[in-house]
Amino acid sequence: MNIIVCIKQVPSMANVQIDPETGRLQRDGVESVINPFDEYAIEEGVRIREKAGGKVIVITMGPPQAESALREAISKGADEAILISDKVFGGADTLATSYTLSSAIKFIGDYDLIICGRQASDGDTAQVGPGTAEMLNIPHITYVKKIELLGDKSIRVERIMEDGCDLIESPLPALLTVGKEINVPRISSLKGKMLAKKAVIKTLDAATINADAKRIGLNGSPTQVIKIFTPPQRTCGEKLTGDAKKIAVALVKRLSELGIA
Amino acid sequence: MENSIKILADKCVGCGICESECPFSAISMLERSEEHARKFKLAVIDLNKCTYCGACKQICKFSAVELKKCRPQAEIDKSLYKGVWIYAEQRHGKISNIAYELLSEGRRLAEKLGTFLGAVLIGSNIKSKAQELIDRGADKVYICDDPVFVEFQDDPYTSILTQLIKKEKPEIILMGATNIGRSFASRVAAKIHTGLTADCTSLEIDTVTKNLQQTRPAFGGNIMATILTSRHRPQMSTVRHKVFKEAKIETGRKGEVIEYKVDVKTLLNRTKFLGFIKSAVNYVNLLEAEIIVSGGRGLGKPEGFRLIEELAECLGGAVGASRAAVDSGWIPDIHQVGQTGKTVSPKVYIACGISGQIQHRVGMGSSDIIIAINKDATCPMMQIASYALEGDLYEIIPNIIKEIKSSKSV
Amino acid sequence: MVMDYMLSEEEQMIVETARTVAVEKMKPLREYYDEKEEFPWDIVKEFAKADLFATYIPEEYGGFGKGIMGLVLAVEELCKVDGAISLSLAATALGAFPILVAANEEQKKKYLPDIASGTKLAAFGLTEAGAGSDATGMTTTAVKDGDYYVLNGAKCFITNGGDAETYTVFAKTNPSRGARGISCFILEKGDTGFSFGKKEKKMGIRASSTRELVFNDCRVHKDRLLGKEGQGLMIAQATLDNSRPGVAAQALGIATGALNEAVEYARKRVQFGQPIASFQAIQHMLAEMATEIEAARALLYASARMIDSGKVKRTSKESAMAKLFCSEVAMKVTTNAVQIFGGYGYTREYPVEKMMRDAKITTLYEGTSQIQKNEIALNLIKEYISSSK
Repeated sequence: MNIIVCIKQVPSMANVQIDPETGRLQRDGVESVINPFDEYAIEEGVRIREKAGGKVIVITMGPPQAESALREAISKGADEAILISDKVFGGADTLATSYTLSSAIKFIGDYDLIICGRQASDGDTAQVGPGTAEMLNIPHITYVKKIELLGDKSIRVERIMEDGCDLIESPLPALLTVGKEINVPRISSLKGKMLAKKAVIKTLDAATINADAKRIGLNGSPTQVIKIFTPPQRTCGEKLTGDAKKIAVALVKRLSELGIA
Repeated sequence: MENSIKILADKCVGCGICESECPFSAISMLERSEEHARKFKLAVIDLNKCTYCGACKQICKFSAVELKKCRPQAEIDKSLYKGVWIYAEQRHGKISNIAYELLSEGRRLAEKLGTFLGAVLIGSNIKSKAQELIDRGADKVYICDDPVFVEFQDDPYTSILTQLIKKEKPEIILMGATNIGRSFASRVAAKIHTGLTADCTSLEIDTVTKNLQQTRPAFGGNIMATILTSRHRPQMSTVRHKVFKEAKIETGRKGEVIEYKVDVKTLLNRTKFLGFIKSAVNYVNLLEAEIIVSGGRGLGKPEGFRLIEELAECLGGAVGASRAAVDSGWIPDIHQVGQTGKTVSPKVYIACGISGQIQHRVGMGSSDIIIAINKDATCPMMQIASYALEGDLYEIIPNIIKEIKSSKSV
Repeated sequence: MVMDYMLSEEEQMIVETARTVAVEKMKPLREYYDEKEEFPWDIVKEFAKADLFATYIPEEYGGFGKGIMGLVLAVEELCKVDGAISLSLAATALGAFPILVAANEEQKKKYLPDIASGTKLAAFGLTEAGAGSDATGMTTTAVKDGDYYVLNGAKCFITNGGDAETYTVFAKTNPSRGARGISCFILEKGDTGFSFGKKEKKMGIRASSTRELVFNDCRVHKDRLLGKEGQGLMIAQATLDNSRPGVAAQALGIATGALNEAVEYARKRVQFGQPIASFQAIQHMLAEMATEIEAARALLYASARMIDSGKVKRTSKESAMAKLFCSEVAMKVTTNAVQIFGGYGYTREYPVEKMMRDAKITTLYEGTSQIQKNEIALNLIKEYISSSK
């Protein structure tokens, strides 16, 4: 079973602080990490490989610095890692990114399953997975919380819906997106980190994957960001202190004034 | 021609505002060489990280950013595209509330554009539901009724909606940012090669160009971006629960019902629906709740959630939780609010023993009123709360419950 | 900023890995295991998956080959979060050292890979009810019977006892020879005649199991003998030279954890209208704590590097110094951390009272502080005599 896991490097939310004065994100020294949802995708890929054999190839589209995310994926059990990087990919929206990833996956070729995190924590769109599947002309299933292999030609999955779970069977190859419900990702082991340090990471550029210049980067992006702004920051309204009863009375009074309680 | 961006060295004063503004950390401030006449730093853009979004150009007070975006002309004749559509999501034959929310916003946009509001209803034995949509503001309802649509699957739903779009050519399509909507809207957009903007929180029409201005949060709500799909049609957006008010019912309103003839042979259908397992907790309840009472690490023990449940019940609200509480095994993850859980925006969010790490705040920061109960008055949640209650939640909450009960009995 | 101890890239990997495991896996469960006094198997599995049991074991036996320094760094980092759960790992090292020190190739190949992978935990059986600081007072015997030894007697206060699979146990093979009549054996859980006594209820390190090992006509083949007959006490001494830095690291980790908690609390806790961190009384306490911790760390790392260099035959004095100093600092720092927290520090709502309880053991086991001083003084005088000759 050859599995491709698509990941993205994002700024770590763990230490992002907001400047209380300006309400801006303070990005000094914010480290880049693997998108949290992609951690589950990597783990699931590795678990399937441990059961069914084959290999896990992790790919990412991004600047050269994204290589560190790929190395981390290797430390968590991926077999190979490929960086899809070219200046002409810059400014891509979800559609252009889907096209670029699908072109790279076609170039890589032999695969049975593609797993992605359900969305990236910076953009939060959840669009690249399904978009990539469409461009590869394979089925996709989002919000998967359980994967069962039925031989090497199909899978049965549980997909989370707002009111429960749908059970769906799909032929392979297929693309799945996953979140935290599916597994608990492993922590990179010492030996994994040593492997990651030594790993050779291939880079694919636009020419290699034969990408159409009109469909990549800013030119291939139907959406354009025209304005970016910081929403007004919330500040503390009223502090209620004192003994518990006094606080409770004060709160309920205010809630009832608002027509809530 | 490629896109280009550069800092005009003679205009840059090294103030560093663009460095902190850049959403992609692509700008850094470097010392200028000794012989340079200007003695302050110079902004430098890392083109590997730059996405040409223009945030720096917008913020720069000294016009020191030169941005040239290369934009091919529209690929299609936009004048052929008419009408605002909403996708009327249904689940097990019942129209979801999100459809009503989209109808009210769709109505407003359609009127601004002077066009009609259409609703697309896909399902099996669903025709009878068309009038509900008309009653809530739809001028036209497109019905795709066939047993193949009895349960949602991406392949057939994508095929049929794509066919319909290609035939009818709407200029705008709004869909719910639900599990269903997010999944197949992405696929439809990729298939017809147009732009899709996720999780919009505000929509406006540019009065001159008639383009749809879609504003959405990014980086967990810490920045907002306004996005256009100016060269392509339709312009597609998804919208979260509770962003817009439900459209009111106007009984007996007139509208056109258009049954689209479904030719099953033209639909892709590679996956097989095997069954549905109903969950004990329907998390739409959480997404749609007016009041959410959430518990975090500060509860100290799993039993603390009984108190949270009691307060939620007393207020007629839903129960939420922080990741810390979920990871400690105190409550199932379906309740988790925050980055890896759900994003909610209720009227009132009561955070009990939740310190308010950014990962949690991005999931609830847009609530109308935030009430924080915490011993630590300095924690982030207490800093953003509309009402910050300082003290032991095990003392305060029972008092609140008592107080509400007695005020109700009056 | 932290003091720079010139850690190698691989050593930094150990620190980072241990920190991640500690924060992500151990921290959410530390109160649970302290309250329930259960053995933390789920976290032991995490240590194993992250290769943390492998740090000090040579690469040829499936280890990471980073010596005592590797062990010290892992234990310190884990103990910053919890000094009790981490003991499953540190005590396994103690149980494994007799094998590393004295085993033949076959024995090493048989036992070390499972210890390195974390598949099997180890334990060290020296102490008896009547033989604590004085090991020669032990009464457990191993009588040779053809190709076998028959063990009788009991060991007490054995960390990981009952939960470990591999035991290095000391018994008298020749009671008439005193200190030279003691030998060391490898015992396996499940050996006939080898059983466990009751689990001790302890002040601290409650997530760690402490049990009695009971030998009742327990027959083991002679290939379980480590080294030669009569070398037991030497093996024990060499083991303690290697393992005491591990206890020191545990103490240092606990102390650092307590300091971190105290600084954070002092910045948040407001009295008289300002954070208590602004009061000089608190500042001076924090300053002393931080300075003592840094001095302890410098001594410990230097000792560990000295052992790993292999240039010196015996490092009893340095190991004892590191253990003595770090454990006493830990007791002092954790006590002061509770002091800074005031009444809250005495409650189980905050972790510092637990840190104080956990810290106490480090001044007791693998030789009390007083025994460390004996060891240091003895070696000091020996060195003086040999240099003045």
